[in-house]
Amino acid sequence: MHDKTLTELKAGLQAGDFSSRELTEHFLARIKQHDGKLNSFISVTEAQALQQADAADQAIAAGDHRLLTGLPIAHKDIFCTEGVRTSCGSRMLDNFIAPYTATAVEKMAQQGAVMLGKTNMDEFAMGSSNETSFYGPVKNPWDTERVPGGSSGGAAASLAARLAPGATGTDTGGSIRQPAALNGVTGLKPTYGRVSRWGMIAFASSLDQAGPLGLSAADCALMLQAMAGHDAKDSTCLNEPVDDYLGALAQNVDGLKIGVPEEFFPDNLDGAIADNAREAMRELEKQGAKLVKLSLPSIKLSVPAYYVIAPAEASSNLSRFDGVRFGYRCEDPKDLEDLYKRSRSEGFGAEVKRRILVGTYALSAGYYDAYYKRAQKVRRLIRNDFARAFKEVDVIMGPTSPETAFKLGAKADDPVNMYMADVFTIAVNLAGLPALSMPSGFVNGLPAGTQVIGNYFQEGRILSVAHRYQMATDWHQQAPGDFA
Amino acid sequence: MAIDSKVVARAAHLARLRVDDSETAELSARLNDILGMVDQLQQADVDQVEPLAHPLEVSQPLRDDQVDEPDVRDKVLHLAPASEDGCFLVPRVID
Repeated sequence: MHDKTLTELKAGLQAGDFSSRELTEHFLARIKQHDGKLNSFISVTEAQALQQADAADQAIAAGDHRLLTGLPIAHKDIFCTEGVRTSCGSRMLDNFIAPYTATAVEKMAQQGAVMLGKTNMDEFAMGSSNETSFYGPVKNPWDTERVPGGSSGGAAASLAARLAPGATGTDTGGSIRQPAALNGVTGLKPTYGRVSRWGMIAFASSLDQAGPLGLSAADCALMLQAMAGHDAKDSTCLNEPVDDYLGALAQNVDGLKIGVPEEFFPDNLDGAIADNAREAMRELEKQGAKLVKLSLPSIKLSVPAYYVIAPAEASSNLSRFDGVRFGYRCEDPKDLEDLYKRSRSEGFGAEVKRRILVGTYALSAGYYDAYYKRAQKVRRLIRNDFARAFKEVDVIMGPTSPETAFKLGAKADDPVNMYMADVFTIAVNLAGLPALSMPSGFVNGLPAGTQVIGNYFQEGRILSVAHRYQMATDWHQQAPGDFA
Repeated sequence: MAIDSKVVARAAHLARLRVDDSETAELSARLNDILGMVDQLQQADVDQVEPLAHPLEVSQPLRDDQVDEPDVRDKVLHLAPASEDGCFLVPRVID
């Protein structure tokens, strides 16, 4: 069963080929058997999963088929799930049992989804390799000496290893798309505000966005259909009608204009990575799409702008972790200041502390204009570049990541080098646009991904482009040998 | 500007983080790496550009000023490291 997509499993459940309990037990058994090698789950919620599976089987017997009825899903451990530890990959929240459930998770549950467990991630979603997790790094199932990317590394690795048929993630600077690329799966970051952030532990609130990871674009469309929509509890969640993403898959790419920015193919880019993305675009060209060269000159400043804005917002968001109301508290504080300082220093890991310090510095008196305000101005330039481009083209494409999965530890002591892993994904978050990564083959035996960026609310369009590509290729169907 | 141990100590205090002397040198070096990269922002010509805080520039919606949250004290207080009589406990602040 684990070699099937979510879409195929849905059909199997409806046809009565197997029950949700059988399906759920199968994936729970695979997690038990294989996850020791990968560490992709922080918590496996077996009892709850089986309960939800039985409820789904009863619903199916009664003819109640919803979008995700009976389908097992793995949730990133950044989403609050009532009664279940929600750690965000941090010692700070190792003891935190969420008292409520995130809207994105709740909406999937209302559509009948079964939660398998909570996936591993970089601490507070700050990382591109999943090495900053308090629970240890996740290994890439294509080569367990390599990273799965991050921060949704557990989600992408569990999918690639077929330990879960669908997963949720969050993307602040590339945290869905980059691990999707490095694991050979499909991952979608929706338009900012398309999916509620309520109950999703905040990293950088003006950039954070939840989305699905799946084995195909069609699977992502199915999950997004359940996740998207207005939520009054998140004041930034947009009150716009939700499109029919599954229906949108029927669109073809005949006459589609694909923008190819020169900035996504810089001179220092690995030639094999560039060729891989160009080959994917050629496939769409064969189906009638037209390639249009263009330039997005300001996006070369997206990494520096991001590394002011994201840490600034993080330093504010993470001030709530103070050892008083929930989470980690140090032993024997001698006074209130000692309680704050030691609880935070012992509860947070090195990368989280670095970003809090960068953000605090950038926001402090005398530096605000030079860093934060300037970064926000550059953010507008980046958004304007995309707005100009989308007057000429329907989608924009390029490689998702400048490299395939790197070795564990290769960048651990070099934050700036690590930050460059997201050089092609970050601009999209600053502009708030939807984008996905789809598997587009292999470079030196490791998966490579191609990014498809759309205009605001064009999730259906980019999903249909990936779906057309996947109808003509089989990269997305390939599984790592040890986990097939 | 270069980050030295004094700047690190000040930012750490503002962020209520304890940084031990043994960590300061390594931390200053890494923060200098990061801010060195960030300094590319100074190249941009942004004199005539307004800052952008929200990608879609939507304003915050307003709602009626009515209580709509239930009382969740008992549901959340047990998550606190220390509590008593329905309140959070912290070390004594005033003698």
